[in-house]
Amino acid sequence: MYQILEKEELAPKIKKFEVEAPQIAAKAEPGHFLIVRVDEFAERIPLTIADYDREQGSITIIIQEVGFSSRQICDLEAGDSFLDVVGPLGKPIETADYERVLCVAGGLGAAPLYPKVKSLANEGVELITILGAQNEEILILEEELEELSNELYITTDDGSKGRKGFVTDQLGEILAEDDQFDLVIAIGPMIMMKFVSELTKEYDIDIMVSLNSLMVDGTGMCGGCRVTVGGETKFSCVDGPAFDGHLVDFDEQLQRSKIYQEKEEKVKEHEFFGGDCRAKREN
Amino acid sequence: MNFLGGIAVQKEKTKMPLQDPKQRANNFNEVALGYSKEDAINEAKRCLQCSNPACKDGCPVRVDIPKFIDLIAKGDFAAAAKKVKEKNSLPAICGRVCPQEEQCEAECIVGNKNQPVAIGRLERFVADYIREQEEVKEAIQDKGQVAVVGAGPAGLTAAADLAKLGYQVTLFEAFHKAGGVLTYGIPEFRLPKDIVQDEVEKIEQLGVEINYNQVIGKIKSLDALFAEGYQAVFVSTGAGLPRFLGIEGENLNGVYSANEFLTRVNLMKAYQFPKYKTPVYTGKKVAVVGAGNVAMDAARTALRLGAEESVIVYRRSREEMPARAEEIEHAQEEGVKFNLLNNPTKILGNDDGFVTGMECIKMELGEFDQSGRRRPIPIEGSEWSLDVDQVIMAIGQSPNPILINDTPEIETTDRGTIKVDEKTGMTTKEGVFAGGDIVTGAATVIQAMGAGKKVAQTIDQYITEQNN
Repeated sequence: MYQILEKEELAPKIKKFEVEAPQIAAKAEPGHFLIVRVDEFAERIPLTIADYDREQGSITIIIQEVGFSSRQICDLEAGDSFLDVVGPLGKPIETADYERVLCVAGGLGAAPLYPKVKSLANEGVELITILGAQNEEILILEEELEELSNELYITTDDGSKGRKGFVTDQLGEILAEDDQFDLVIAIGPMIMMKFVSELTKEYDIDIMVSLNSLMVDGTGMCGGCRVTVGGETKFSCVDGPAFDGHLVDFDEQLQRSKIYQEKEEKVKEHEFFGGDCRAKREN
Repeated sequence: MNFLGGIAVQKEKTKMPLQDPKQRANNFNEVALGYSKEDAINEAKRCLQCSNPACKDGCPVRVDIPKFIDLIAKGDFAAAAKKVKEKNSLPAICGRVCPQEEQCEAECIVGNKNQPVAIGRLERFVADYIREQEEVKEAIQDKGQVAVVGAGPAGLTAAADLAKLGYQVTLFEAFHKAGGVLTYGIPEFRLPKDIVQDEVEKIEQLGVEINYNQVIGKIKSLDALFAEGYQAVFVSTGAGLPRFLGIEGENLNGVYSANEFLTRVNLMKAYQFPKYKTPVYTGKKVAVVGAGNVAMDAARTALRLGAEESVIVYRRSREEMPARAEEIEHAQEEGVKFNLLNNPTKILGNDDGFVTGMECIKMELGEFDQSGRRRPIPIEGSEWSLDVDQVIMAIGQSPNPILINDTPEIETTDRGTIKVDEKTGMTTKEGVFAGGDIVTGAATVIQAMGAGKKVAQTIDQYITEQNN
């Protein structure tokens, strides 16, 4: 079960996996997420579904190596299997009958946004997409998004491709000229979603963001993914992960995402320099 | 000793050997070490073998208590274990975590003048005795197919009983391990996970198939289960939605629900971090809000993870604390402190969003309320602040909403629990039964097992009638 059918390197440290999971593929919708576990010692990691193929019975995930657990996943090869995959979890990103939607993807946020862009394009919605990353090397899903969008804008922090600057610079420019959008969907780093939300507020345009909160079970049981939305505490796993960006307390989320920073250092020490290193355990 | 009908009677229960409190506050090994054969026989001989035993009525699954105790007294431990297992599929667990003092032992006649017979300890003894040597045979399963959703105490019991009745049972579990609260909630030092896994394996040996990582209501609906050929479904999804107080600062880093704290430690084994990769935030001074068994588990776990101070904060007084007396005692011996008649009003934090303290208000007890306990009333102007860097909320949980939201035909009560027919356990959806915490709200392991047992019978009747 949960065998990796295909692995592709999208950028250095960003890998795409197609995973056999027919039951999940049958029920997956854009916005749903999974919880995966690599082995008996691993964390349960929440990952948004980046695509699904109901016929082939597979789901796609895209993951960037940032710490030990994500690196462990990135080290898997085609033919390997995940120990556990749970899903589809959360609520799909719900959209009404829209005519024009503006999508903003920051970095790895392009992955969870992609299936929604695909479904909106299928519905015939006019789509303007902004895709941003730190540099050209780690821009992902550019071709795919280009094909589905009426217009695609690229921004990079260092100017190695497209416009030099942040997605918000491009967004500001677009909205200044034309703000007739039914909705903006923004997925990416918390700080990006915060500024995109603020900008859309100035133009009074609805915005949907998707949070990647820390969690354990993904079914409402732990409450670790608490988020304040419109002054009320919600659980990202069962009430989200998509929320109205105008109501999310992003500063609180930014702080909450840092709770285990020290622990992450400990894992690195243990795995890469410590006595009980990974190589030893596997032997 | 006093004499009853000419026989010397030991007034107190035979002592349970325990790990030394100072030592055990630093490890996760089991606290209560269990009776020896001699201890067990000695304790069994305290039973009067009443002609009209009341202890049985105190047991939610009606174990034949006098009979199994008599067999222990005669030294036939295997037969005693078999007798217990006739009614209780999880005796090694119940012997450890049942509140016997409110159930069987509360009814024990010996308890009128002396301490009651230690029925729980004896149950644990025979279950542990038989654990290694017992062989379970797969039952013939030709009566039909039943799905059970949620592999906690209620689901495991119903699955075992249905398999024994001749049904092919599939158990759907959201986590990667079975056991529910026995696995993610109750700590290793109170209920070793090997024992839970062992009981789960025995249920699998009966022929029950467990499908892990399957959240029913997400990966498939109840209707999909019927379409696959299941003739009835038992929903035992538990009370898995933690409550918070709704006070300022509750989303600061270092504030956990007891569920999250315990799941990280027990299910994900964060106490063995970094060998196991799931981290848990560990404070130096930890406040646990609430005074039930879960609160005691959290406070004792915090000590074991290295907290210098672990304090229970509870708005009522000692008398009203819902935890078992034994758990409170054990916590106290290990160094857990109690800050009673205090209620948190605000959690304080620093600029980085981490907990630095908790503001509390002193309480006094007023008139008796509907629960039969005296109502706690805040004393105006008595706010003070407790110096802590971690807060764990153990103030109860609500029913998990996933399956209910996916199944509109299932009606719920005002509290969000599933409405069932009291006699049969059937919900408002035909063929769907429910039991355990999802029906009662958070309750005990044995109550959930009692419900699983009862509903297994009514499901059998239901399917039999449907087939005729």
